[in-house]
Amino acid sequence: MQTNTKILAQEFEYIAPKTLNEALSLLDKYKDKSVRILAGGTDLLVKMKTIDLKTDYLINIKNIPELKFIETDEGLKIGATVPLSHIEKIEKVREKYPALYEGIKSMAAIAIRNMATMPGNICNASPAADAVPPLVAYNAEVKLVSKRGERTVLVEDFVTGVGKTVIEADELVTQVNIPEINKNSGSAFSKKSRVKADIAKINLAVYLERESNICKDCKIVLGSVAVKAIRAKEAESLLKGQTVSTSLIDKVAKKASEEIKPIDDIRSSVEYRTDIARVMVEDTIKIAWERAGGKL
Amino acid sequence: MKELKIEFTINGKKRSLSVKPNDLLINIIRNDLFLTGSKYGCGIGECGACTVLINGEPVLSCLTLAATVDGKEITTIEGLAKGNELHPMQIAFLNNAAVQCGFCTPSMILTATALLKENPNPTEDEIRDYIRGNICRCTGYIQIVKAIESCAEGGESEPI
Repeated sequence: MQTNTKILAQEFEYIAPKTLNEALSLLDKYKDKSVRILAGGTDLLVKMKTIDLKTDYLINIKNIPELKFIETDEGLKIGATVPLSHIEKIEKVREKYPALYEGIKSMAAIAIRNMATMPGNICNASPAADAVPPLVAYNAEVKLVSKRGERTVLVEDFVTGVGKTVIEADELVTQVNIPEINKNSGSAFSKKSRVKADIAKINLAVYLERESNICKDCKIVLGSVAVKAIRAKEAESLLKGQTVSTSLIDKVAKKASEEIKPIDDIRSSVEYRTDIARVMVEDTIKIAWERAGGKL
Repeated sequence: MKELKIEFTINGKKRSLSVKPNDLLINIIRNDLFLTGSKYGCGIGECGACTVLINGEPVLSCLTLAATVDGKEITTIEGLAKGNELHPMQIAFLNNAAVQCGFCTPSMILTATALLKENPNPTEDEIRDYIRGNICRCTGYIQIVKAIESCAEGGESEPI
C-alpha cells in the first residue's frame, strides 16, 4: 500500500489535559486501551502516517504547566515538555554538559528541535537517538509518575531495545534529572551522518573525570551500533585508573570498536561502523580529556 | 470522531474553527484558510517546506495537529508583508535572486526571520546551520545565504 503523508488517515480521540493529575487519571483509565502520549509529535506523527502505528487515544501533554520547567540549581532537572531548542539555550548545558549540548544540536534542524522533547527522544527508543548517549554518560535518570506512585530509572536501564522501554501503560515521564558533574571532568559527543541534519550512522558520548594525569572515572557510550545505546565497558575499564596517554587511548578505542555489535543497514555497514567507531572513540576521548584540563 | 473547537490567531487575525482530531495544521492553513504559501513537501519532517511560525518559533505544520494550536499565534508567509509593503527579508530574497522555483522560499524566509530575531548578526556557518532543515532542490543556497546575510546587522538591507 502506498503511504500518503499528506494527511493523517487514522481516527482517534484527542484529549488535552490541563493538569498532571488529569493526565495520570486518563492514563490509569485507559491503561488497557491503546494510548499514545503526544508531546513534540515529530516521531509519533511520522510513525502514525508511515508505519501504521495505531492508537485509540492521543493525550497531548503540552498544555500541562507542571511539565514545563527547567531547574539548574543542582545538576539539571528538565520538565517533559521543554523543547530541545530551549534546552540547548541553557547556559549551564553549554558550559557544563557539552556532550548533551552537542548531541541535541546535532539533531535534525531548528523546526524539529522547536517541537521535539528529550523524553520523546528517550521513549521513542531508537538505537540512533542522539540525546541518549550523552544522558547515559552523565548518569541521567527519568522520573516516571503514575496514579500508583513514582519512581526514577536510569536512562541506561530505561531503554531496553529497539522501540522498547520499561515504562508501564499508566506511567508518564515527567522529567529528566541529570546529576551535578565533578569539577575536574570533561565530556564530548560526536556523530557521523551523511548530512548534518541526518540520523546517525553512529554516535557516541564520552565522560571522564581527571585527577592530575590519571583518568579516575569514565563512560564511553555508543549509539546506532546495537539495539540500544551501549557502554563499552571493557574499554572503560582499560582507561579507568590509568595514566592517560595517546597510546592508551589508541588501545581503549580499539577495544571499544570490538565491543560493539553493529548491523548492515541503509545508513551504513558493519565494516564501516566498526572502523569509524575506533577513530571516533579515539578523537572523542581526546576532546573530553582536554576539556577536563588534561594534557597529552 | 468528535470535532474540536479551536481558537487561534493567524497573521494577526483571530480565527475560530472546528477541526477533527486528525486534521493536520498544514491542511487547515491551505484548504480551510486558503493560505497556500505554506507547502506540503514530504510530510515526514525532512524538507521543511511546511514551516510556519508558532509563537514566533519555526515549526513543521505537516507534523502539527491542528487541535494543538488552540490559543496559539501563527505566522505564515502571508503575514510578513504589511499591506503592499514587503518584509525586508522578502525584499532581500528578491534583490539577491534567492528564488528559483519558489517552493522552499516561504519556509526559508520564515526560518531566516526567526534566525535574525534570535541572532541578529550570524556568521555564514550559523546561517547555513539554521536553515539546514529547509531543503532547496534548485540548490540556490548561495543566493539564499547572501540574502539572509544582507538582512543581518551591518548588511545592505533594512534591518529587521
